[in-house]
Amino acid sequence: MTLARRIIPCLDVDGGRVVKGIEFESLRDMGDPEEHAARYNREGADELVVLDISASRDGRATFLETIERVARQLNIPLTAGGGIRKMEDGVAVTRAGADKITVNTATVERPDLISELAQQFGSQAVVLSMDVKRVDGNWEIFIRGGRDATGIGAVAWAREGAARGAGEILLTSIDRDGTCSGFDCELTAAIAEAVRVPVIASGGAKTFDDFLAVFTDGRADAALAASIFHSETESIGALKKFLAGRGVPMRLSR
Amino acid sequence: MKISIVDYGAGNLPSVERGFQAFGVETERAANPAQIASARAIVLPGVGHFGAFVEGLEARNLSPALRTAYEGGIPILGICLGLQALFTSSEEAPGKQGLGFLSGAVCQLPVTVKLPHIGWNQLRRVQESALLRGIADDAYFYFAHSFAAPGAEGHTVAICEHGIPFAAVIEQRQLFAVQFHPEKSGEAGARVLRNFMELVQ
Repeated sequence: MTLARRIIPCLDVDGGRVVKGIEFESLRDMGDPEEHAARYNREGADELVVLDISASRDGRATFLETIERVARQLNIPLTAGGGIRKMEDGVAVTRAGADKITVNTATVERPDLISELAQQFGSQAVVLSMDVKRVDGNWEIFIRGGRDATGIGAVAWAREGAARGAGEILLTSIDRDGTCSGFDCELTAAIAEAVRVPVIASGGAKTFDDFLAVFTDGRADAALAASIFHSETESIGALKKFLAGRGVPMRLSR
Repeated sequence: MKISIVDYGAGNLPSVERGFQAFGVETERAANPAQIASARAIVLPGVGHFGAFVEGLEARNLSPALRTAYEGGIPILGICLGLQALFTSSEEAPGKQGLGFLSGAVCQLPVTVKLPHIGWNQLRRVQESALLRGIADDAYFYFAHSFAAPGAEGHTVAICEHGIPFAAVIEQRQLFAVQFHPEKSGEAGARVLRNFMELVQ
């Protein structure tokens, strides 16, 4: 009886389409979110994340519609976020069918948002997303899509977020995101050691060995990736079999 | 037969509804005592805080109707917090009373493990289980909780372990409950919902 490590595909969506960003910039159309969701559900993904990466507020209705369409394809948990600034945003995405809410920039500006969401939905539904960049040898939190420095240390912020009621941490390495150079295992291990809540590692995945490393050296509870799964170059089923064969506990049956 | 899903004002009801509708079962949302009173089978889903959950039931005056249904042998399936609410109380909300269909207190999982217990875990079956019929022994189910009910010989048919063993599946006559989310647990979870459906038909 073992708690399995999780493989979580992520759909970055803009205007109802899945898009791909490279190092938080240039976008490319990657297809229909519903089609991706149905395929991931079938291939044995352990959860799915959808992120609204459109900057405009008018995109909100479209995003909620996307959540609804995606949720209908799934019998696994769905996390939604991107632009969650207040309680009503959290209510809207859960009503649309999300099981968990991921929050980022707004919580740095107003940390109470974490506690308020945890109070309303339970800690198990609140995922604190942190975008981290190495600056002069220190891990620093960046907000607004990785553009703005905050001066806040990543370990301290992870601890505060967990203390305020976040039930999971979604940790993205800005340095690695979209670069296909592997997860930042050192950063992931540092955060996993600092908090008791599960840590989802993100940013930089390319090969099966990258995933193996983040579960062993990085001590991640889950690993998230977008582009490598979208392009169908790698199937989630094959990845999970690879990891299970190397001793990482995986859910192989559906 | 129609399944009545208790609507206490929170929680992700659409996913539970979709779980049943996927195999052609009709569902309704039961938000008042009359709807509970006329129900033929009841699902009690729940997420979030034990205190908010029982307050939600009380605010809608649903607790007495649920007790009448329970005593009248109407099949009930509790999910996640809906399992915990069947007990007398919970460490999560000291002083708040649960439905009390099962005796005992829900307690916090130990601080020696990662909390919340989030993700896919396996079960150990300790008694013959109707809800788990046809499901492989090593199947995984999706859990998301920090509190849990201690297993007891009278009603626990499967346990899970995260720091301590706890009740994962409960069956006692017409009372059924699971700590995991069957509606989020892939094909194994869908089978649990179908088994419940077949039991009550």
